[in-house]
Amino acid sequence: MTKEKNRNSGLGALSIKNVTKVYDPEGVNVMAVDNCSMEIAGSEVCMIVGPSGCGKTTLLNAIAGFHSVTEGSIHLDGELLCGPSKPLADQGADRMVVFQHGALFPWKTLQENVAYGPIVQKVLGSREAMDKAGTMLAEAGLGDFLTKYPGEVSSGMARRAEIVRALINDPKVLLLDEPYRAMDALTKQIMHESLLETYDRTGVTIFFITHDLEEAIFLGDKVHIVTTRPCQLKKTVEVKIPRPRSYETQSSEAFRKLLEEVSDAVHEEAVKAFQAGEREMA
Amino acid sequence: MTSTKKSFFAKLMGQVTLKRGVSAILIFLVIWHVGALFDDWFGVDIIGIGLVPPPADVFAAFLEVIPKIGYWQSWVSSFSRVLTGFLVAMLIGIPFGLLLAVNRYFRGLFFPPFEILRPIPPLAWVPASLIFWPTNEMSIAFVTFLGAFFTIVINVLGGARSIDISYLRAAQSMGASQFDLFWKIVLPGTLPSIFTGAAVGMGITWEVVLAAEMISGGGTQGGGGLGFFIWNSYMGGSLEQIVVGMISIGIAGYLSSSAIRKLGYFMMPWRRLF
Repeated sequence: MTKEKNRNSGLGALSIKNVTKVYDPEGVNVMAVDNCSMEIAGSEVCMIVGPSGCGKTTLLNAIAGFHSVTEGSIHLDGELLCGPSKPLADQGADRMVVFQHGALFPWKTLQENVAYGPIVQKVLGSREAMDKAGTMLAEAGLGDFLTKYPGEVSSGMARRAEIVRALINDPKVLLLDEPYRAMDALTKQIMHESLLETYDRTGVTIFFITHDLEEAIFLGDKVHIVTTRPCQLKKTVEVKIPRPRSYETQSSEAFRKLLEEVSDAVHEEAVKAFQAGEREMA
Repeated sequence: MTSTKKSFFAKLMGQVTLKRGVSAILIFLVIWHVGALFDDWFGVDIIGIGLVPPPADVFAAFLEVIPKIGYWQSWVSSFSRVLTGFLVAMLIGIPFGLLLAVNRYFRGLFFPPFEILRPIPPLAWVPASLIFWPTNEMSIAFVTFLGAFFTIVINVLGGARSIDISYLRAAQSMGASQFDLFWKIVLPGTLPSIFTGAAVGMGITWEVVLAAEMISGGGTQGGGGLGFFIWNSYMGGSLEQIVVGMISIGIAGYLSSSAIRKLGYFMMPWRRLF
């Protein structure tokens, strides 16, 4: 398939309007997200940066349909996902999540994991799905590991396979929740390059939560800095570094300036969060 | 090339393990022998071991019972009771545990009575089941079943409830139906706990069946089982045969748990790496 044919071009625009989420376990009101709005264009790489436990994951869960919203609405390409009339979005293959701790099924091989989506959706027969999974894994450099179980491969490979498992469903949006958190800097670098390569090929909209500022700037078109809990949009930094980007980008002057700008904004919030004694949740 | 290498290493490892196992058993036999004959040699009894017959006598008693059909009938009847109780416990316990895990209404309804019945030791059921069930055989089978059932259910329930919610969310996002979720996520996710429950349950089943056989007296034409074999030897005052019966149970239990381990190895290829 050619790049153009595969590209998602412009699809997957997320519009988050005045979203508020209040958790109310046993009457203790915890406001996780407060009147948060952001516009994410189709095929944009949108990085969400903020202190630990500030409600970033809550926002992601609302988009994915894991949690309801208390107020506000979220639209995907103009269609309502959730809003006042329908607080909980339907879960769907148009928004695929890559989880913080990884969620490849341990009892399936990498190939079976990737083939799972098309099989249960009945878009492909199991043989076709397995073939396609094999091809896509090979494209991601995992051709030699098709019959391995997730427990047999490195965390980097597992995460890469998980992204392939998401992409085989042709999602409009890829939701990533700190997927590279536990990785060392060198592995992270390789994962970043592979994600950028995937993005350049598919043009899928990416909603990416992270603590890592360099990661945010290196990968993102926009970096949204959010406040400590309750989560609100504090500042948006546009990253005007042209693509394709390589690791050398990270030593450029433009990169350094952006890093400074983002650091200043995040630091203020981190201090606030620390002083509030926020327990790290996500 | 690599495969022959691997099997060579596997063989070597196997041999080392085998050597260790054999020497451990030999050392144990020596201690047993010395302990049992200490009194004859030095005129002082080692309390607790002094009355145990030495291994050679037990071995002779073993040779004596091996050709006897009654001894093998004891094996067959104990094994068939264990298997019946165990299989019925698996057949009822696994679906029951899974239902408790996935259905809130079912849990609300059945968990409280289950939790009240669970702490009652299976042996406490023996008198009641002797009265309620028409035959001895059925009451033994019932008590055996109880021994495994509660353990299996608790393990299945715990295993199914502790499946990482990310697996369920991921599967649902990919479009899995409730049917897919159950058969392809919940069930394989619970398999390790099912096998843990089965292994523990199998152990309890052997404990229970032996005790039940002793209490009920087994009775009917040579179908007394290994428990009755021991009891009978005790009544007949044959210390050697008591030990023969005990060792037989050890071997039987070992065979049962290795069968479960083999099955687990076969059914959970992804766990072979650990």
